[in-house]
Amino acid sequence: MKTRKTPKVHSSKALTGIEGFDEITHGGLPRGRTTLLEGGPGSGKTLFALRFLVHGAQDCNEPGIFVAFEETSKRIVANAESFGWKLEELQRKKIFFLDAQPTPDLIQSGSFDLGGMLAALGAQAKAMGARRIVFDAIDIVLALLPDAAAKRREIHRLHEWLLASGLTGLITAKSGGDDATSISQQPFGFMQFMVDCAVVLNHRVELGVSQRNLRVQKYRGSNFDENEAPFVIGNGGFDVAISRMLGRVDTTVTNERVTSGVARLDTMLGGGYYRGASVLITGFPGTAKTTLSGAFAEAACKRGERTMFIGFDSDGTEVIRNLSSVGIRLDRFAKSGILSMISARTITGSAETLLVRIKALARAHKARCLVIDPVSTLSKAGNELTAHGVAERLIDWSKSDGITLVCTSLLDEMHGQTQTGTPLQISTLADTWIHLNYLVQAGERNRGLSIVKSRGTAHSNQVRELILSDAGVTLADIYTAGGEVLMGALRWEKESAELVANEVAEVAGKLKLVTLDAEEAVLEVRAKSLQTELVAKQVEKTLLARTTASREGALSRGRVRMQQLRGGDVPVSGTTGRKK
Amino acid sequence: MSRTSRFKFRLYVAGDTQNSAQARANLDAICRDHLPGQHEIEIVDVLKEPKCALADGIFMTPTLVKLGPAPARKIVGTLNQTETVLQALGLGQEMVTA
Repeated sequence: MKTRKTPKVHSSKALTGIEGFDEITHGGLPRGRTTLLEGGPGSGKTLFALRFLVHGAQDCNEPGIFVAFEETSKRIVANAESFGWKLEELQRKKIFFLDAQPTPDLIQSGSFDLGGMLAALGAQAKAMGARRIVFDAIDIVLALLPDAAAKRREIHRLHEWLLASGLTGLITAKSGGDDATSISQQPFGFMQFMVDCAVVLNHRVELGVSQRNLRVQKYRGSNFDENEAPFVIGNGGFDVAISRMLGRVDTTVTNERVTSGVARLDTMLGGGYYRGASVLITGFPGTAKTTLSGAFAEAACKRGERTMFIGFDSDGTEVIRNLSSVGIRLDRFAKSGILSMISARTITGSAETLLVRIKALARAHKARCLVIDPVSTLSKAGNELTAHGVAERLIDWSKSDGITLVCTSLLDEMHGQTQTGTPLQISTLADTWIHLNYLVQAGERNRGLSIVKSRGTAHSNQVRELILSDAGVTLADIYTAGGEVLMGALRWEKESAELVANEVAEVAGKLKLVTLDAEEAVLEVRAKSLQTELVAKQVEKTLLARTTASREGALSRGRVRMQQLRGGDVPVSGTTGRKK
Repeated sequence: MSRTSRFKFRLYVAGDTQNSAQARANLDAICRDHLPGQHEIEIVDVLKEPKCALADGIFMTPTLVKLGPAPARKIVGTLNQTETVLQALGLGQEMVTA
């Protein structure tokens, strides 16, 4: 079980200061005991040993002695300068170099022992208060001894002396690497059984790419990570890669969202990427992966967050120029230093080397947001075996450092790995996976964007069209018509058609309204004239009634008069009483 | 009297260890047989004088240093191969001619 903790300082262990190694061994080399460091030529033994001493002298207040059997101390000091270790300074007080290279004109007759040297070293250690000691390339001096018994005797003498001195000892020796048969054949193979801790360094070349590995073979009285761990000799010295996937305890999970740089994409993701998440953007060449990651970088810079853009495909200035054509302006941020554009074209070597370089660069820049374009570069020829582990550690590292990581990954169109995953299988590790593809239809190639997954957030299941213009990046809804997805000009056509249809409908509606108005007006006029007619009729009717009444009156009056005139005796009804 | 000090030796030993004791015996024998009355031997015990070994660059014991006559020579080991030692001391030729 690996834990991601700063190595605890055990009183029983001596920190080496080698990143990763102290974690593998839970605190470094066994204190007051002897460690054997084996490896082939150029595997980094001297460097490892030197780092152990420098760390002790510089940071642990443990002065040390370096016994050089092979290289002269002058050359070692000169070589160490390139790693920025101030050996000349330390040399005065804290690190003592003993040049014990056998001179070529040395004459030997009979057996000898290391008693003289050990006595001298004992005096020196006491004088300077040394706590650590390195015997570099013990095999050189052992080769001078006449027989295996003598070699064994001297190793024992050395071991006994180390135990008695109480110094933390590191002995380096050449070996054919981590090959069991070669170890048993070596005259000092038994050293591995004698020492308390044995570390093997390997240097292999796979398809022309150098791969370095470190393995702790044994460690008495301590548990350790038994697997081979890749390591890199970089600018800062020695860096051992370990995976921290399990028991990642100090990673703080946050609900904070950071924008993707594209407003509609944020909406699709329910607010943006999570801070500290790893985002994977996959797609074929030219699907605007770089543009999308550039938008993210720009947004991060606008927030004032230190950002790093590592491009493997093109030069930093080229990326800036190309992105400015779609309204993503990174030049001002690059100028102000908040954005660091790294062109990683020139970095060659194994995936491990790349990871170490990326980590060193990002740390130096104090980056909070990191873009790697494309991360699939890691799996170039010769790195197929290690690339997955590297990608895993890349994500793991960025997460533990709280860096929001956006990686692009190239998919091989020929293999049609559209949705099946990336060569690195990074897609399973990434928190958010955005897939970009082309839709070729009606003589056009249009970009489609979809979210394959996004852990911990509700996200849209819709495919959107990704539109790049000089105003920026945006997404558009796509049309589905009869099961076909419409994009680009077809979408535009569809949109236009809808627009026209809308206008027609609107005009028709207006026309109808006018017609209805007219009809209403006509009816109103008719209603008015009828009303008038009605009034006329009523008047006529009243008039008629009045004339009828007056005529009747006139008639009856005439009749009465006539009777009166005629002297009739028959009273006229209704008038007899009146006229009495 | 100048002949007695022609060969000046310094033998670095580590106490009475086996190798060192052997070297002392072998050196005595060589001097007795080949350089009678012409040598001077100084014994330095590095266990007693470790700083001296460090200063003189002596890392393997026993080590015989021929301080004079020139050229200076350093011979490591028990000195059990007399031929090799004599040749290194510049006495080999004499042996052959004698």
